[in-house]
Amino acid sequence: MKITRKAFLALLAVVTRAFGRPRRMAMAIDLAKCWKDRGCTRCAQACHAAHNVPRIPDPRREIKWIWKDRFENAFGRESAGPAVAGAPVPLLCNHCEHPACVKVCPTGATWKRDGDGLVMMDEHRCIGCRYCMAACPYGARSFNWSDPRPFLRTIDPAYPTRTRGVVEKCTFCAERLARGGRPACVEVCPPKAMVFGDAADPSSAVAQLLQARHAFRRKPELGAGPNVFYLL
Amino acid sequence: MSERAIIAAGIALFLAGAGFPFWRNAVELPRPLELRLPQGQRECVRPVAYMRTSHGDLLEDWRDRVVRSGERFFTAPDGRVRELSLVRTCLDCHEKAGFCDRCHQYVAVAPDCWNCHVDPRSPR
Repeated sequence: MKITRKAFLALLAVVTRAFGRPRRMAMAIDLAKCWKDRGCTRCAQACHAAHNVPRIPDPRREIKWIWKDRFENAFGRESAGPAVAGAPVPLLCNHCEHPACVKVCPTGATWKRDGDGLVMMDEHRCIGCRYCMAACPYGARSFNWSDPRPFLRTIDPAYPTRTRGVVEKCTFCAERLARGGRPACVEVCPPKAMVFGDAADPSSAVAQLLQARHAFRRKPELGAGPNVFYLL
Repeated sequence: MSERAIIAAGIALFLAGAGFPFWRNAVELPRPLELRLPQGQRECVRPVAYMRTSHGDLLEDWRDRVVRSGERFFTAPDGRVRELSLVRTCLDCHEKAGFCDRCHQYVAVAPDCWNCHVDPRSPR
């Protein structure tokens, strides 16, 4: 059988559509659902327990992967009308399309993953220069000023701690995604306010939410292209 | 005592002191390295000879595959699919204290794996 040029191109199109399309992992956070219980910190608790994130009382030295801040601090005073001012918004690494932290890292310790767009962190290569922390417009990164272990009440051996002198941040739970799971915060959220998935796949729940609902992001004017979306 | 005897005694004392490392090791043989080997396990993920010389290279290769390439699993020689993981695969059989630490101490090397990675047998 002879394969015609036309058939070959059609086959190529099918194959690239099936395998070649890079995924773009994104998160949509439904604030109306999140605000059902404004004091809830289950997402941060689950994340910080799963990743051995220490609780350091000194706010200048604290480590956080996901946390809550007031609406006006997250989105600016101008966009915080009386209905939303003061309301707590979950914040985490935005896994940007054009991450500034990656551009400035001198050692390649942080990089954007090809297959799914996760902004990864390799503490083995981090030299602690903190350029990434200066570059990140979202304050998503924390530095270990001291050994974090004394500030951990329990340590889960399944995940490493960090050491003095490295930067750390949310990884969208790359280790759980590798086992077919979902991020810990998404899994634990009582009102299911967080939806995670491949925004490049139109059939995914997150892509459909972003189509159907009004979604906004933090500091879109900077052009970083954050992949954490907020719904109201 | 004659001067000659004093000088000879001094030289003898000096040689005894300066040669201490040599004669002490000649008299007392170094204690053999005793490692606590995994119980009930026959086979490592690689031949023992390779692991003795190159486990550091193997772990660095695993590290790069997991962290940089997102590859998490491999097929061990016994056919089982296992994780590329120091804590979940190596320490599944080996004990950190009785195996890793004892040998590293013996040969006076201090790898910094344990600054971050956690021994599940004593997580503190």
